[in-house]
Amino acid sequence: MSMMADPLERGCPSGLAPPTEDRASDFSAFVRETGREKALSLSVRGAKCGGCLSKIEGALQALPGVTAARMNLSTGATDVRWTGSLDPNRVAQTVRDLGYGVSARAEANDADLHKAEERKLLVAMGVAGFAAANIMLLSVSVWGGHGEMGEATRRGLHAISGLIALPAIIFSGRHFFSSAWSVLRKGKANMDVPISLAVILAFSVSVWATIKGAEHAYFDACVMLLFFLLIGRFLDARLRRRAYSAALDLASLQNRSVNRLSANGEVNAVRAAEVVAGDKLLLAAGERAVVDMTILDGASEIDESLVTGESLPRLASAGSTLFAGSVNLGAPLTGQALAGTEDSLLSDIARMMEAGEQRRSGYRKIADRAVSLYVPFVHTTAALAFLGWLMLGAGVEHAIMIAVTTLIITCPCALALAAPVAQVVASGRLFRKGVFLKSGDALERLSEIDHIVFDKTGTLTLGEPELMDVDSIPADILVMAASLARASRHPLSRALVAAAGPGHMAANVKEQPGLGLEAEIDGKICRLGSADWTGAPQDAAKGPVLWFTCGDDAPVRFDFRDTAQAGTRKTVETLQAKGYELEVLSGDREEAVAAVSRDVGINRWTASASPAVKVKRLEALRAEGHNVLMVGDGLNDAGALSLAHAALAPGTAMDISQSASDAVYSGGPEKVPFILETAKRAQNITRQNFGLAAIYNVIAVPIAVTGHVTPLVAAIAMSASSLIVTLNALRIEAGGRS
Amino acid sequence: MEIIIYLIPVALCLGAAGLAAFIWSVNSGQYEDLDGASYRILEDEDKPL
Repeated sequence: MSMMADPLERGCPSGLAPPTEDRASDFSAFVRETGREKALSLSVRGAKCGGCLSKIEGALQALPGVTAARMNLSTGATDVRWTGSLDPNRVAQTVRDLGYGVSARAEANDADLHKAEERKLLVAMGVAGFAAANIMLLSVSVWGGHGEMGEATRRGLHAISGLIALPAIIFSGRHFFSSAWSVLRKGKANMDVPISLAVILAFSVSVWATIKGAEHAYFDACVMLLFFLLIGRFLDARLRRRAYSAALDLASLQNRSVNRLSANGEVNAVRAAEVVAGDKLLLAAGERAVVDMTILDGASEIDESLVTGESLPRLASAGSTLFAGSVNLGAPLTGQALAGTEDSLLSDIARMMEAGEQRRSGYRKIADRAVSLYVPFVHTTAALAFLGWLMLGAGVEHAIMIAVTTLIITCPCALALAAPVAQVVASGRLFRKGVFLKSGDALERLSEIDHIVFDKTGTLTLGEPELMDVDSIPADILVMAASLARASRHPLSRALVAAAGPGHMAANVKEQPGLGLEAEIDGKICRLGSADWTGAPQDAAKGPVLWFTCGDDAPVRFDFRDTAQAGTRKTVETLQAKGYELEVLSGDREEAVAAVSRDVGINRWTASASPAVKVKRLEALRAEGHNVLMVGDGLNDAGALSLAHAALAPGTAMDISQSASDAVYSGGPEKVPFILETAKRAQNITRQNFGLAAIYNVIAVPIAVTGHVTPLVAAIAMSASSLIVTLNALRIEAGGRS
Repeated sequence: MEIIIYLIPVALCLGAAGLAAFIWSVNSGQYEDLDGASYRILEDEDKPL
């Protein structure tokens, strides 16, 4: 597996951890107290394997006073309970130190609603399965005893079947009945109408047959029908809940605390949601702003890469505006909130996403299209069968029987399973390669893509500058420069440290925001920073540069570049060979975007694109009739991500972008062709499944209409078609290995 | 054949017991974290001596 190649020291060994750098909020604002016990719900990101589970729970349980720590690996929800004076921030820090992203979990009442819905379906499925199995047991004896069994025995077995079927149908069928009833009242019909009709009619006819002592009763067929349909419903509900829990993560992102300065200069931790315009806020080093604000006091460098896509930090001082999502890299800042969290940039983007998602939800799934063709077909066939037999002189009873068997046999077991099973198999295949699919219909949209738009920073590149020509720099200079750089959070300093490797930090390093660092080494004043700071000649250098000088020595130059991830060029060639049109849409500077685009072989690129420009470009492409796939990681991509026909985000992406996309992948862009290929395969299989369901009907309908469907035939036909569709879906997996 | 008068109710009761166990397991949240549960069995709770 490729993921194993570069094991991370921290976080999930599978390499999925997005270790967040921002110093998060004060968790004491989120503690719930009941009596002596305190509880905190955390949302842990990046934990995807058993090692993570035991590591996190073990570390939490080792904290003093902790009585319980339990994590749900599927959702990342972690509940911690303790007594005594344990600092809640220490709880969060413990998880963060292990290398996972952590935030206070957003409270949502709907989450329980989704959970309850899923449980209800699962229980209904269990009940239907139980009833189907037991009735089948009795039915087999009836079929087996054909011709030999006495009428009284047969009637007795039918009666027992009916007694099992009645409560099961009422309990398990109520989802279908209530849904059918609610659309019928509006004068419309959905898939649940023929289902309800078939079940109720078949049950009534069977009761009649039992009373009369007739040979055929269809109790087994109605319960089995419900059982198969509920499997499909349940799979669908589970996929939807997974998508929903991803949306909850977005809410958790805003669930932070802020250090607010009161009038008398006291600092209080309050929830971000409580901040109103005009509040004075303190932004510590490493902290991410949660609201837009104007800086009142202090000067520091600000990392806005997630807001604008600009890969280099900018200097912010009193009077300048800071957008929500920016990270303070240097000295503490005091600012005044321009708006509450509701009206900040982050929420603006969230609103943009909502608009996009609404449009996306208007997308008509192939299953829905199939159903809209199917429902009238089933009704018409059954009605025609009834009328036909009546006109041919059969009795009303017989004609009803034929119509009911037609309804049962054409009822859409295979149709209900066709799409969900394919989606479950495909998302399982993606999951094993480190791709998390967030919605079922995403596969469908991904399979229709013809145009791919990449963000640059963090998507095509690692989002971190890299020191170039390390070998040509004298080793002692590099060591000295790195000893200064270790004191700073600036991305260029970090890149320099990364290139130099481990070492010590110089004493008393002073940082001058926007200029550079200064310290005394061996009695000489050494400086690392801009050309102005080090007295280096100004030149028209392209790209980010650092200068280093010690005493009177001539300044040495360090060049940096945000390079493309390994293998990106090959990925681009693969995609182009498959006929996709590619383009780069970045908020970064022109020369940086041009260089990376040239490196990876994409000819069309746009630089300095603001979030609004990105959205506009996506709109334009849509208007040209393209189905666009957007791949991006930043806050500035979120709007575009939600507007695209389908969207992908890398695992290192900002939470909001992960929420806005259809799937999150770990690793580099080489996952994109794999995802697209799997989506296409899943879509092909789904189409085949619908085809199989149609063929099944072509065969079954004439048999039913001509009155040859016995309960045995119905049972075989229904289970066979469901089985064939399920087995066919498994080919998605098998095909991948060859 | 009178035996089926006893056997059928017995079979149904056994099945119903299984169903009741299933419903209990769903409602007590045992299907909430399918990924985690499979790893938990590998966890050593005992400390080495």
